Amino acid sequence: MNEQLKFIGKKVLRLILLLLAVCISTFVLMDLSPVDPMNAYIGGNAMKLTQEKREQIEEHWGLNDPMPVRFVKWGKSLLKGDFGTSLIYKRPVLEIIKEKFSASLVLMLIAWTLSGLLGYFLAMISGAYQGTLLDKGIKGYCYVLMSMPSFWLCLLLIIVFSVNLGWFPIALGTPIGVLSENVSIWDLAHHIVLPAITLSVIGIASITLHTRQKLVDVMSTDYVLFARARGQSTMSIIKNHGIRNTLMPFITLQFLSFSELFAGTVVAEQVFSYPGLGQATVEAGTKGDIPLLLGIVIFSTIFIFTGNLIADILYAVIDPRIKKGVQL
Amino acid sequence: MSISVENTQLKAAKKSGNLRRKTIITIFLCIGVLAFVTIAGTMVSHNDLITDFTSKNLAPSMSHLFGTDWLGRDMLLRTLKGLSMSIYIGIFACFLGMIIATVLGLASATMGKHVDSVITFVVDLFLSVPHLLVIIIICVAVGGGLTGVVIGIAATHWTSMTRIIRAEVKQILTSEYVHVARQMGKSRTYIAAKHIFPHIFPQLLIGFISTFPHALLHEASITFLGFGLSPHEPAIGIILSESMKYLAAGYWWLAVLPGLALLIIVVLFDVLGDNIDKLINPKSMHR
Repeated sequence: MNEQLKFIGKKVLRLILLLLAVCISTFVLMDLSPVDPMNAYIGGNAMKLTQEKREQIEEHWGLNDPMPVRFVKWGKSLLKGDFGTSLIYKRPVLEIIKEKFSASLVLMLIAWTLSGLLGYFLAMISGAYQGTLLDKGIKGYCYVLMSMPSFWLCLLLIIVFSVNLGWFPIALGTPIGVLSENVSIWDLAHHIVLPAITLSVIGIASITLHTRQKLVDVMSTDYVLFARARGQSTMSIIKNHGIRNTLMPFITLQFLSFSELFAGTVVAEQVFSYPGLGQATVEAGTKGDIPLLLGIVIFSTIFIFTGNLIADILYAVIDPRIKKGVQL
Repeated sequence: MSISVENTQLKAAKKSGNLRRKTIITIFLCIGVLAFVTIAGTMVSHNDLITDFTSKNLAPSMSHLFGTDWLGRDMLLRTLKGLSMSIYIGIFACFLGMIIATVLGLASATMGKHVDSVITFVVDLFLSVPHLLVIIIICVAVGGGLTGVVIGIAATHWTSMTRIIRAEVKQILTSEYVHVARQMGKSRTYIAAKHIFPHIFPQLLIGFISTFPHALLHEASITFLGFGLSPHEPAIGIILSESMKYLAAGYWWLAVLPGLALLIIVVLFDVLGDNIDKLINPKSMHR
């Protein structure tokens, strides 16, 4: 128990260190950026300000303070849960992140589950029939997917399924011209299908290739050879040895893929104009909404760290060998 | 019995051709195609991309293999130009990344525990934020433009190489021959030049070529999202993001063909990397 507490303590300490470093470096980078806070916040009216007024506002915002002072001020309000106000949306950053993330979360969850299940299934088939045409087909498919720009895949799917077949809407998370109260679950589902499929297809490639390699390793061990000699069928070998030995690395990999998942949503949401966190990131970046961008960076760091942490914990919980090691 | 085994092996070897020769041929083919695309793209001048409203939105045909866009510009030429631009950016950014990786990897392996832990922490830091987000932040910080893209891609493509070089150098430094060289009074620069560098160089080359496809894809994504290059520059990402507006109109070739060209370039680089790895990696060199 003590060991586990130590483990968690270490991880928390690490997260705090990482977050601190991320905050400092992004803050410095944003400070370097040529986006003038005055122009960004006041917009076109900035020109009309008199020099005196301008100086007053600068004084009020503390723009003339040296960078460390401003950083400490920003950090203090961050700790109180105040991430500032978004310049594009004119609302608190935290509120926007919450709202956008819940939209993205649905998308990510569907894509993540789908790519995990499908990827694992394909890997099992490919590994079990190693060297056959089927295996080569699956492998080739994965390699092509790996070198495919993800946004291009989105475009292809839109062309095929939205433009030519007309099965799914081209863009947006909800139908156009319908009040948000009237949007049915069916409408939402209809809009989420294509982005979710794209995201999961992108995620499949690496998970399949890695798990396949693991299964191939398992299949070439002595105990599998012995099982074959005893006359076990391939199916039962996969069931008894294959799945047990590949499930662990698969789950770990799946939780470690949060980073790619996040990057994938940024692109997919942009193409499909899906109103999630990814689209907000791009908007914040292109329009120079620094508070929102900072908030998203911090949030995504926590998100990815959570994924890695879950992978670590699962490793300790599921694998009996490691569990024993922890208790000793 | 043994003779017949050898015979079948020989036959198999003859049938598939010498693996080494095959690898070398593949490498030259890849380099040839990539060089052709890069040079052809560079030769395309602005005059070739002049707007011509008499031939706008044409589907692919023999005179316009990739069709034309809404301003009547030939898409094949635009794609070539975009690809060559992206390749240049990718090469430059990758090169920068490799330099960072070498410096930090060497520093981390040789300059003591504290430097090592700091550099390891920085590597972890870069891995804990999605790459795309890092590039976006850097693009905003630099204020967009070409520099933002190059620095952003370089800044996200050094981490794995740093780890590899660090491990490699550490391993070499503890090896017998380095100990012997030290005992014999060879200077640090001698050891670095004669023992470490020859081991690092192939790793760097392979690292360069294998990170290149990633860099290319990141470059395409980031320009696609609208960061970096200005819209009138024909980078491949920009061509594709423009095509998005015309998808609903059914002009599929604007998106499909340039993307396919990019995919082929990336696959070629992957194949090139694999084959060069086969050729210089001592484990598979003599097969």
